[in-house]
Amino acid sequence: MNIVVCMKQVPDTETKIRLKEGNGGIQTDGVKWIINPYCEFAVEEALRIRERNGGQGTVTLVCMGPDRAVESIRTALAMGVDKAIHLNDPLFEGSDNFGVAKILARAIQTIPHDIILCGKQAVDDDASQVPQILAEQLNIPHVMVVEKMEVDVANKKVTTSRRIEGGAKEVLEVPLPAVFGADKGMNEPRYASLPGIMKAKSKEVKKVTAADLGLKPEEIGVAAAKVKIQAYSLPPERQAGKKIEGGDPAQVAHELAKWLREEARVI
Amino acid sequence: MKQMDLDFLDLNSFLTNEERVLRDTVQGFVTQKVLPTIEEHYQNGTFPAHLIREMGELGFLGANLKGYGCADVSPLAYGLLSQELEAGDAGIRSFVSVQSSLAMYAIHTFGNEEQRQQWLPPMAKGEKIGCFGLTEPDFGSNPSGMRTRAEKTGRGYVLHGAKMWITNGSIADVAVVWAKLDGVIRGFLVEKGTPGFKTQEMKQKHSFRASNTSELLFDRCEIPKENLLSKTDGLLSPLSCLNQGRFGVAWGALGAATVCYNVAKDYALSRKQFNDRPIASHQLVQEKLAEMLTEITKAQLLSLRVTQLKTEGKAQHVHISMMKMNNTQMALHVARTARFILGGSGIMSEYPVMRHMCNLETTVTYEGTNDIQKLILGKEITGIQAFY
Repeated sequence: MNIVVCMKQVPDTETKIRLKEGNGGIQTDGVKWIINPYCEFAVEEALRIRERNGGQGTVTLVCMGPDRAVESIRTALAMGVDKAIHLNDPLFEGSDNFGVAKILARAIQTIPHDIILCGKQAVDDDASQVPQILAEQLNIPHVMVVEKMEVDVANKKVTTSRRIEGGAKEVLEVPLPAVFGADKGMNEPRYASLPGIMKAKSKEVKKVTAADLGLKPEEIGVAAAKVKIQAYSLPPERQAGKKIEGGDPAQVAHELAKWLREEARVI
Repeated sequence: MKQMDLDFLDLNSFLTNEERVLRDTVQGFVTQKVLPTIEEHYQNGTFPAHLIREMGELGFLGANLKGYGCADVSPLAYGLLSQELEAGDAGIRSFVSVQSSLAMYAIHTFGNEEQRQQWLPPMAKGEKIGCFGLTEPDFGSNPSGMRTRAEKTGRGYVLHGAKMWITNGSIADVAVVWAKLDGVIRGFLVEKGTPGFKTQEMKQKHSFRASNTSELLFDRCEIPKENLLSKTDGLLSPLSCLNQGRFGVAWGALGAATVCYNVAKDYALSRKQFNDRPIASHQLVQEKLAEMLTEITKAQLLSLRVTQLKTEGKAQHVHISMMKMNNTQMALHVARTARFILGGSGIMSEYPVMRHMCNLETTVTYEGTNDIQKLILGKEITGIQAFY
């Protein structure tokens, strides 16, 4: 069983986002970078699938990002991933979701793949588009927002379970190869153990460029982006809470109801 | 996690990728597993023993050692492990220090192959717990005067005496006990349950409340001859273990100080007094924050350099004494200042500051008091030994 995990490095969820001058995007100086939490579920699930399969199979990480992404790649290797492909080329920068999926697809086509695990979305842009487009590019099925996976190795198929509206669960059976988008609740990712971290030192991280994948500059990056970012803005500052003063509970309740109806317009 | 980070001089750029990943692991473990229950354990005076196996699985135990299932991480990685664990609580860090740098290190360094094979793999996994018995009721700073003695018998040795202030003492499966055999200090392995060996936990502490501290009592305690750590020879043997231990204590103090500083800074920015202005706008508070930041940063630099020397095999015991003395003293000062900035809130368990402050009263004292560390430095400077 060949398992591929696509991983994105994102700013720590505790980061206070600041914008660059002009319209240059997000200020990345001083940002702490982590594995996208949904991708972490994907990494963990890949490791568990292999463990349940008696340790048979290979888990390969594919990550697109600049040099700094190596730290997150090493973390995944320390968790137990076997090897990694680091898609690292300035030409990749500025790619939109379509571009990212195209680059990932090219890389994945060069390696054996039965199960492709992704996070269902990245917590930075929350686009939730790459796994689906990736599946289209590879011309294979996909299941998103997956909570549970049961792999039938002999028959090369996976049974997935996911939550759908109304609190119901939807169970799907998918032939392999296929792309899966991991949701929260799928598992609890392990920490990289200290022996794991030491072992990861000798694992292979292969740097791959656009040229290696036979991609031309005009096919990727900003040049090929179908989505153009018009502007960045921070969310409005949170307003201070409103306090309704007054000793008489009936009067306070009346004021609150009035405010909810006329100002907040929620009732 | 934010409260565990402080890097004014970009010293993180000296870390390797592995060291960064390791620190993330420990910070994650502390945030998710230690912090949610540590206050309760501290208030109740209990050690969170349920964490031991998990720390073993993560490779925290004996991480500084080679082979026998140990992770064999760099000295800097071991320092960071200690730092982040103590950002949780000194009791947790101390458990790991004693298990790794004292008990396992002693067996690794002074034990024979059979002893290592028997004890180190289960100790690395957290299946077996170790403690280290050197200090006695009447001999703390002066261990060479110890009264515990071993007598040779036909089958092995009989131990008589008592040890005190022993971290992990009453939960340990094996005690590394130092005793005089024909007047020479030697190390012995005493297993839990050996007839004549009793432990008594020391309760009523105001510091290190989430840590097990015990007395060890030996009353005609007979152990087989295989339990002698045969390579031990005199006081220098246990002192070499303490040298390892002090290194972890010194790094740990940085973790406690960092948390105290960050909590005080956040508090000062949100607490308002006089015309709705944060107390951080007051000059006397800014002076305190500036001094705390400077002192922690200086201690980080000292620690980093001593650790580099240790990595190159050039660190001397005097370097480690300076680092242990400086860092614990600095951390205690930072913790007290942070407690002061927090005002009345500083004494409550809602904030970790007073817990760290009380813990640091122990770390300036154990594994060689700071006065003794200064005398070690004094001897280095003058060539005259002032403790005898």
